Amino acid sequence: MANILSKFYVKTKPLSIKEYKENGGFEGLEKALHKMKPQEILDEVISSNLKGRGGATFPTGLKWQFTANESNETKYIICNADEGEPGTFKDKVLLEGCPFLLIEGMIIAAYAVGGTKGYIYIRGEYPKSKEMLRNAIGVLKDEGYLGDKILDTDFSFDIEVRSGYGAYICGEETALIESIEGNPGRARTKPPYPPNKGLWGKPTLVNNVETLANIPIILSMGAEKFKEYGTASSSGTKLISVSGSVVNKGVFEVEFGVTLKDIVYETCGGLTENSKFKFLQLGGSAGACLPENLLDTKLDFDDLRSRNISLGSGAILVADDTTCLLGFIKATAEFFEHESCGKCTPCREGNKHVTKLLDKIVNGVATVEDLEILKDVALTMKEMSLCGLGQAAPTALLTTLNYFEGEYNEHIKGYCRTGVCFMKGGEVVNE
Amino acid sequence: MCIVLEDKTMEIIDNVGNTPDKLLEVLIAVQESSEENYISEEQLVSVSKGLGVTLSKAYGVATFYSMLSLKQRGKYVIQLCNSAPCYVNKAFEIIRAFEENLGIKVGEVTDDGLFSLEFVSCIGACHMAPAVKINDEVFGNLDRFKVKSILEEIIRRER
Repeated sequence: MANILSKFYVKTKPLSIKEYKENGGFEGLEKALHKMKPQEILDEVISSNLKGRGGATFPTGLKWQFTANESNETKYIICNADEGEPGTFKDKVLLEGCPFLLIEGMIIAAYAVGGTKGYIYIRGEYPKSKEMLRNAIGVLKDEGYLGDKILDTDFSFDIEVRSGYGAYICGEETALIESIEGNPGRARTKPPYPPNKGLWGKPTLVNNVETLANIPIILSMGAEKFKEYGTASSSGTKLISVSGSVVNKGVFEVEFGVTLKDIVYETCGGLTENSKFKFLQLGGSAGACLPENLLDTKLDFDDLRSRNISLGSGAILVADDTTCLLGFIKATAEFFEHESCGKCTPCREGNKHVTKLLDKIVNGVATVEDLEILKDVALTMKEMSLCGLGQAAPTALLTTLNYFEGEYNEHIKGYCRTGVCFMKGGEVVNE
Repeated sequence: MCIVLEDKTMEIIDNVGNTPDKLLEVLIAVQESSEENYISEEQLVSVSKGLGVTLSKAYGVATFYSMLSLKQRGKYVIQLCNSAPCYVNKAFEIIRAFEENLGIKVGEVTDDGLFSLEFVSCIGACHMAPAVKINDEVFGNLDRFKVKSILEEIIRRER
């Protein structure tokens, strides 16, 4: 297993500058501030082929260049630590295990794009992370890494911690910006994109925690060395968070290119005793549910794209055969119904209809027509929603309709094979 | 209106900041200062005045963020994760165990005001699902017996 990121949270105490430096901490920042021009840093990040680790996999260097190209005197750098995707807890490990790494990434980003002020937006469900980051910022200010004239240069930059408070939508970058401005977190219409017009209308760079944590590593080892990790289309490593019915659950750092099968059966030690694999959901609740025969899929952006699957946040949830597929899909749909911000109609109304229809199915009162309506609503949401939330909300539904249609039909006939949906047994339908 | 409560709210605003962008931060601090884990109507009015935002704006923000509450809650707010990873680990049995032990349904407060039950979206404790959050503390790998002992422990502490 690779450890370019994990060595920091495994080997160092979270607030020890000494231990952080002993493991290579601040090498990237010193190099950036003392030896590189902003454009050289941008070129290095572009050439590293780093793609956003929050879920949208947008090329990080390009986003930085867009922000740098704006000539505004005020620019903001935001670290998106609103890790709300169900099954995802990898940013928490970085936030609480090595807060300096992402802060170092933010300082480098600010220097490269001309950022004047930084915000770290942390979800309210992580009170310990908030405290840790506030403490880390305090330590770094005392040591001259944040504030005026950082490391005796003319560059000044400061960071403020802001809190989310129970709104999944705020992980969407424009909703997050609305939230920092003191509003309900409702996604904005794009364009304009944040690098052009973001927080208070100023150019704003929003990057995920893990993305920023990769920056000091890229600068200290160099883009070429960084690209030795992973595959041609997907450089570096990925933190994955695995949950569900596997022996070893938790956060693991893996190199891109590894197969899902290797992750489940080697990294995670296979399924728990007496359980049989049913499906794997990749990328959290907004991700696809894959059957066993797709476990040869690689963690590689090209391979995933060719199969029309998104890596998302890197969450992996393994469900065994005691899980009722429909109960699972209904729990997922209820999540999105609750978390929809209500701004656009396809998402707000679509999620309501999906939940209602799934409710009929698990209660054994749905018809074949209901299944057709369900597909229709799901496709409309996917195509028509304003932001990623509504577009991705029906992914689990659509992929299971594709791979596990038999279990939907069973429920319509009044039978639940796991016995979770207390229905009077009907006939078993062969898949 | 209760003057003490208004003073306390104004003090919070002084600490957190009195610009409109601090609305959410102020509401969080106001709620955290409450024994019953909620923001009262009087406090919401004070916050809107103190920050110079309309009451409807303050109400809009207070109701948008689901960790904020305008309804009185228990001293111990028990948040039951009902997202997919906990579902796969049979969270519904844990939800039932809490309801049975406390004699209330999700969304209710116990008569003595000690506990309230509510659903929460993923709390990032999926590696120890099924998990719940009680105030700021996370409890994982739960089963019916653990639920009982956690509640008994809190009740013992409160006596």
